[in-house]
Amino acid sequence: MITKVTHMCVYVLNQDSAFDFYVNKLGFKVHTDAPMGEGARWLTVTPPDQPELEITLFLMKEGGMFDSETVKTMTQLIKKGTFGAAVMTCNDLLATYEELKSKGVVFKKPPTKEFYGYEALFVDDSGNWFSLSQMNP
Amino acid sequence: MEQYEKLYLYKRIVQAKLFIDNHFAEDIDLDNIADQAHFSKYHFIRLFKSIYGKTPHNYLIKVRIENAKLLLSKGGSVLDVSLTLGFESPTSFTAMFKKLVGKTPSVFQNEQKTKRRAISLNPLSAVPNCFAETHGWIK
Repeated sequence: MITKVTHMCVYVLNQDSAFDFYVNKLGFKVHTDAPMGEGARWLTVTPPDQPELEITLFLMKEGGMFDSETVKTMTQLIKKGTFGAAVMTCNDLLATYEELKSKGVVFKKPPTKEFYGYEALFVDDSGNWFSLSQMNP
Repeated sequence: MEQYEKLYLYKRIVQAKLFIDNHFAEDIDLDNIADQAHFSKYHFIRLFKSIYGKTPHNYLIKVRIENAKLLLSKGGSVLDVSLTLGFESPTSFTAMFKKLVGKTPSVFQNEQKTKRRAISLNPLSAVPNCFAETHGWIK
């Protein structure tokens, strides 16, 4: 029986910039930030109230299963905003929207009433988009 | 019109929250923040709590403790961390830290040291095998 998700992966184009976005703008916590040799870096963050879920900020670069053609294609797709990475939730969407906007986060959809509550869409520094929702009580 | 008033209200509360985020280490006077936001103290606390689930005072403590974790992880002493973050004394800091984190600052710091040492001795210990293979870190 599957019980939990412990790790998920977001492909990013620059880990320094992703660190700044996820930690300083979104307010995520750094779980692990470890050098892996040869310039590689294992960087995971957790949502503020969900310390057991590690989001790996996975640098899109050549190596392992990623050959140069795959990296080129993936980079184009990430920049283009093809990938929706996750749905996040908050207690108060309007306040969170105002705060993130003031920190420079780009929204592609402002808070909008949906049948399940309110939803906004924002984009990370690489191009991945996220749904930010406030569910109906 | 009501929507605009609500947005204006939100902006002021969000600004107050960001003020706490940016000045948590200073001697913050919450009365002053309420004044700056043009709210009565009671109205300010009520609105802040309805949005963030905590009073401004409790939110400030939470921010200080989260930053204490960062400073302790980087090797700061309990005394230095407590003074840097504006606690009255190391004793009051330790008591608040234990109340919110469930362990003393020293225990927390030792755990972080142990974790860092384990990762530095064997970086792959922090990485699930599937990710290590994907990166090409193991064959």
